[in-house]
Amino acid sequence: MSLNRDQINSIAHLARLSLTDAEVPVYQDSLSKIVDLVGQLDAAQTAGIEPMAHPLPGLAQRLRPDTVTEKDQHELFQRNAPQVEAALYLVPKVIE
Amino acid sequence: MSTSNNGWETVIGLEIHAQLSTNSKIFSGSATAYGAAPNSQANLVDLAYPGVLPVLNGEAVRMAVKFGLAIGAEIAPRSVFARKNYFYPDLPKGYQISQYELPIVAKGRMEIVLDDGSRKTIGITRAHLEEDAGKSLHEGLPRQSGIDLNRAGTPLIEIVSEPDMRSAKEAVAYLKKIHTLVRYLEICDGNMQEGSFRCDANVSVRKFGAEKFGTRAEIKNINSFRFVEKAINYEVERQIDVIEGGGKVVQETRLYDPDKGETRSMRSKEEANDYRYFPDPDLLPVEIDPAYIGEIKATLPELPDEKAARFVLAYDLSQYDATVLTSSKELGAYYDDVVKALAGEKLPSKEQAKLAANWVAGSLAAALNEHNLEITGSRIDAKRLAGLLGRIVDNTISGKIAKDVFEAMWAEDKSCDEIIEARGLRQITDTGAIEKAIDEVMAKNPGQLADYRSGKDKLFGFFVGQVMKATGGKANPAQLNELLKKKLAG
Amino acid sequence: MHTFTLAELAKKLRAKEFSVTELTRALLARVEASQPRLNAFITVTAESALAQAKAADRALADGKAGPLTGLPLAHKDIFCTSGVKTSCGSKMLDNFVSPYDATVVEKLNAAGMVTLGKTNMDEFAMGSSNETSWYGPVKNPWNPKLVPGGSSGGSAAAVAARVAPIATATDTGGSIRQPASLCGVTGIKPTYGRVSRFGMIAFASSLDQGGLISITAEDAAMVLGAMAGFDTRDSTSVDTPVPNYVAELDKPLTGLKIGLIKEFFDTGLDADVEKCIREALGVYEKLGATLVEVKLPALPLSVPTYYVVAPAECSSNLARFDGVRYGYRCQDPKDLMDLYKRSRGEGFGAEVKRRIMTGTYVLSAGYYDAYYLKAQRVRQLINQDFKRAFGEVDVLMGPTAPDVAFEIGAKSSDPIQMYLNDIYTIGANLAGVPAMSIPCGFVRDLPVGLQICGPHFAEAKLFNVAHAFQKETDWHRRLPADFAKEVLS
Ligand SMILES: [Mg+2]
Ligand SMILES: [Zn+2]
Repeated sequence: MSLNRDQINSIAHLARLSLTDAEVPVYQDSLSKIVDLVGQLDAAQTAGIEPMAHPLPGLAQRLRPDTVTEKDQHELFQRNAPQVEAALYLVPKVIE
Repeated sequence: MSTSNNGWETVIGLEIHAQLSTNSKIFSGSATAYGAAPNSQANLVDLAYPGVLPVLNGEAVRMAVKFGLAIGAEIAPRSVFARKNYFYPDLPKGYQISQYELPIVAKGRMEIVLDDGSRKTIGITRAHLEEDAGKSLHEGLPRQSGIDLNRAGTPLIEIVSEPDMRSAKEAVAYLKKIHTLVRYLEICDGNMQEGSFRCDANVSVRKFGAEKFGTRAEIKNINSFRFVEKAINYEVERQIDVIEGGGKVVQETRLYDPDKGETRSMRSKEEANDYRYFPDPDLLPVEIDPAYIGEIKATLPELPDEKAARFVLAYDLSQYDATVLTSSKELGAYYDDVVKALAGEKLPSKEQAKLAANWVAGSLAAALNEHNLEITGSRIDAKRLAGLLGRIVDNTISGKIAKDVFEAMWAEDKSCDEIIEARGLRQITDTGAIEKAIDEVMAKNPGQLADYRSGKDKLFGFFVGQVMKATGGKANPAQLNELLKKKLAG
Repeated sequence: MHTFTLAELAKKLRAKEFSVTELTRALLARVEASQPRLNAFITVTAESALAQAKAADRALADGKAGPLTGLPLAHKDIFCTSGVKTSCGSKMLDNFVSPYDATVVEKLNAAGMVTLGKTNMDEFAMGSSNETSWYGPVKNPWNPKLVPGGSSGGSAAAVAARVAPIATATDTGGSIRQPASLCGVTGIKPTYGRVSRFGMIAFASSLDQGGLISITAEDAAMVLGAMAGFDTRDSTSVDTPVPNYVAELDKPLTGLKIGLIKEFFDTGLDADVEKCIREALGVYEKLGATLVEVKLPALPLSVPTYYVVAPAECSSNLARFDGVRYGYRCQDPKDLMDLYKRSRGEGFGAEVKRRIMTGTYVLSAGYYDAYYLKAQRVRQLINQDFKRAFGEVDVLMGPTAPDVAFEIGAKSSDPIQMYLNDIYTIGANLAGVPAMSIPCGFVRDLPVGLQICGPHFAEAKLFNVAHAFQKETDWHRRLPADFAKEVLS
């Protein structure tokens, strides 16, 4: 199966990735090959087989006690931030 | 009751987000307090730092189960967290941890009372656990938005109704009942201004008798009961206009603008509507066994509907009074306490119960409202109020005087008896004193006395009023009547 | 002192043959000297290493040392290290200084180990050759024209060249075992859930597992004991006590039943590599083990299964890299969409973008059932295959990789060819079972790895089986001629 340009562009948009014009055909080619590779799964007989989401079946989610364990460390955490003002992370205007 | 708009029927379903009143976040140990300094309550997990992982808060699970039990729902023995993938600056991970195919609560119901007194059951499709997003702030920044992630990771239950409501009024009634219920259960503070309780409405219209639902619009950002009604009514009219104008309603998300009183399209949220849900591999299935459910069941309080039914049955209240008095758990308890203090061991008489209901829902509610207090902050506790009502019942004071005593009690922390004594408000039952007052009134009004004696019976009321005035309203009305008749007769 | 195993170093430090500081200085010098040839490190933490060494020397002098005190190691740059750049091999995190330690780092620090630095890796652990690193490819110490394997290529090369005696690593589809095989060192991927994933930058959450690359199985046993264990911060961490791995190393292998995975010998395996593997199996027969052939019929589907599950999870795991709170941000974004798209488009390399896009595609509306759900069902079949096999045999054995190390650039233009390098290793990740690779010979002067795989939580058994082989052979003690001398020039 081969993916067309539009499909590549819409996947890239959904994934929020800018692609250069040169990249599009490259991904078109390789993603098509990957889709063919994973297409091998079609042949497997999986009727009645429970999907496996986790490698250790039978384990249940542990529950944490409801206690506050954290203190304010925003200054430390914001040292990695590209742009901060008044302790807020800045981004180009969000339009709703 | 269905709103009829030129043969159009409205169909409404609500998605309610209630913040759970946990101390810490659903997947991290950060505090959830409202109003903290920006990003001071966002830890590495809330900020989606590389390498961090979520661990589920057991209290959030307990609260969701509590809610499920209270709406007669099924509690899933196994529920699964899923990722809802989309990009937004207030969503640090690029996905929201929510529940999708296997929610913790399914198939519940809630009964509402309509204007005509009839009842209607609204189906609740599901209620699932999820995390809240942060906030984008736009004020004061010209071309940028500021992101505060304090709210990110606050636990929510999203309560999804069936499209069972047929008018904005029904939607509000349902919303109010859910609001009351979550506060009864003490799982949500219900504060709509702070956003701890908010709702999205799915609204569509169709011709009466049509089988298929019309195309729906989802209205977001409705944060008061009043706005719910307004937003839905606006949207219904808009949709009817669109269709009658030959157009088609498009499925979309719309934002309610309370300033303009209208809804508008939110295309920015619309364009990437492929959420690519899949089970979150960082979390395991939540397993709930019957013993755990039993434990929680045992802790459930008397629910609003149960309490109202008891008030009707035991206290002989009207459904209306019962509903008012059960609008919050604390108010119901207060009323219960007043009645018990008033009637003692005995069942209260119909009059006692009604008297208590009138005072709690009347003077007390008005005073609380005026001082912007909750019932728990009332300056007159149930015992003191019952004391006052007892003095009305035993004729120590009249209902009218009682209002003044109430005000005095509100102002200072004294018992009603102290106030009655100190201010001499006790009814005058001493025959001599009443006779003396009558004599003075008669002496002051010789003209009226002559008229009365010449046959103007109607002037009896005038004399009652004058004597009451002279005694500061304290004369026992029955004694006054008897003595006045005798004296006026000469 | 560079040729000593960790166990030997532990003895010599306690015998005061040299101090931790001396050892640390010598290794830091080797790290520096090896960089131009290997590029195995992204960050060298000389200063803090010497501080840790000094503290370790004091602890040894005061008699307060634990079994690992003063032993040097390197961390794969996927583990967050407080106050130290943690790049995950990506431009996206080139400027990222972690404010916290991964659980693994925290535990090994607490055990008194000395961190030499952070090793190079394929970007976000996506690759089998270490060519996708933003910091350039790592070179194979046996031949600098060749790849070291990936994604833990820096860790494998560092150990193979004896610039670090042991290094942490991670394995999502073979990223510990395949580079261990290609570099001639020992690697263990523990059972899923055995080692905490907290602070280990996620690639594919249901497959990722931290482990070790070392000279010997004994060394790995020593360190895994301190590194493994329950962690309340990782919901997928398993609350099972960690056995004393060292205590069971010397158990005899008599009666051991070894299953040979038939499917691994059927296709794609280099004939010389096969011969080498069969000779290694002969050693086990001499040690009293019996060999039986077992069939895992769904296993050939492990590569397509993996290339649905892993990209799906990674597309979501890597959504957090958005240029807002940390990491790379593009210059002058014109709006929010531009900020997202260019920060991610410019910050991620080609292979990472390929996998994000693959994952986005298989999860998107209309494809979820056909790909994701289908892959989860096939994953179950593969899991059942392993379970059935472990009902019949104690361990499974076979090749780690289909061939020896290949040339840098040979497969980088064809992702499918690259993906097939992990054909023998992916199964263990899908089933969550522990697996090792140990050096078992040479083909065309390059090392070959034997893969040993056991049931869930059978790490002690794997160490025992690997150690028995390493007592009989010396493949694991061979080192590349270029790195034989103590002082590299
Ligand atoms: Mg919703
Ligand atoms: Zn929601």
